Amino acid sequence: MHDVNKINIMEDIHGVNDHIAEQVNHNLTHKGIFVVNEMGAPGIGKTSTLIGIINRLKNLKPYVIEGDIESDIDTVKLREMGVKSYQINTFGACHLDAPLIHNASNNIDFDGDGILFIENIGNLVCPAEFSIGEHIKLLICSVTEGSDKPYKYPLAFEKADIILINKVDLMDYVDFDEDFFMKGVRALNRNVPVFKVSAKTGEGFEEMTAWLEEQASRYIEAGKSHTHAHDHNHSGNHAHEYGHEHTHEHGHDVQIKVAHTHEK
Amino acid sequence: MHEYPITENIIRIAEKHGQDYRAPLVIDGNRSELLEVRVTLVNLVIGDNSGIIPESVHMYFDLIAAGTIVEGAELSIERVKSRLKCPNCGELFIRKPMSFACPKCGADGHPTEIGKEFYIDSIEVSSS
Repeated sequence: MHDVNKINIMEDIHGVNDHIAEQVNHNLTHKGIFVVNEMGAPGIGKTSTLIGIINRLKNLKPYVIEGDIESDIDTVKLREMGVKSYQINTFGACHLDAPLIHNASNNIDFDGDGILFIENIGNLVCPAEFSIGEHIKLLICSVTEGSDKPYKYPLAFEKADIILINKVDLMDYVDFDEDFFMKGVRALNRNVPVFKVSAKTGEGFEEMTAWLEEQASRYIEAGKSHTHAHDHNHSGNHAHEYGHEHTHEHGHDVQIKVAHTHEK
Repeated sequence: MHEYPITENIIRIAEKHGQDYRAPLVIDGNRSELLEVRVTLVNLVIGDNSGIIPESVHMYFDLIAAGTIVEGAELSIERVKSRLKCPNCGELFIRKPMSFACPKCGADGHPTEIGKEFYIDSIEVSSS
């Protein structure tokens, strides 16, 4: 007997990574940690931007995971500043993924509400494809890289929750067409906030750091109240929220269950 | 270069679903044995904007499948062109390089999920 059968699967290949990313996000939210996935090309100023932000944080504690192909010079710099930092070396891999962050975040002693900055591998392509448990993606560009980047690397711009244009102190020396750049950004990402900054002079950093800290505080507070409800209050309201969330994924099955919950 | 671990995921998923198919075959009402199952075909869907390079997946596929029930399977890849949607006239269109402009009305189109696909649609298994 020899049978050939077709099995329908429809399984997302990023499923395992995304599942771990959700766990990481859940665990860190529970600890009062807001996670920022910092992405950008090599030499764009990712570490100096981090240092600029960390020096201006008012209420929240900074934590850092540094992703590099090799070396730990950035981590050494951050530790000298007294920042809790953890180094990941990927030895060739082009991006960080959720299992790496899961392990790294278990090695950081979070002792207070704060922001965990994850400096991704210098690369404008692969990091945009992988969720690593972040609350927001921060994309750094610069005037020296040219204004065509949204057109050439659309996914990174589409996925970003905040975009920085770094090295604006060099604006007069390079041919950066800001209108062309912004036209591309707006086509891909209608509402993303864009900040013009210089990690060298500090220009624009106060405003941008304030925005980040406000977002972080909002998420941390929301995370706490949600966790609280989850731990102590399994009310009808909660069941409704849960069912409602899942309505989109599973369709009619769950809608019936939600209606049932209400009858009770 | 991240196609290697991703191809491992593809093989793992195909293997899992192939194994699930090894339902016990009942002989004489009491003796049962597991069916011998091999995965013979993997149908993959890859969007042009998923960041996955189909050629690289092909390159790693046979290498990683070796020694599993997926060894020797054919890999068929359906590609999906990325499309933008015009906020003005609703046209779904494939963009020209260095532009997001709608070919009908000229407004800049916005991203859609079309072209980001990356999943296993189905597999074929042969049992004996």
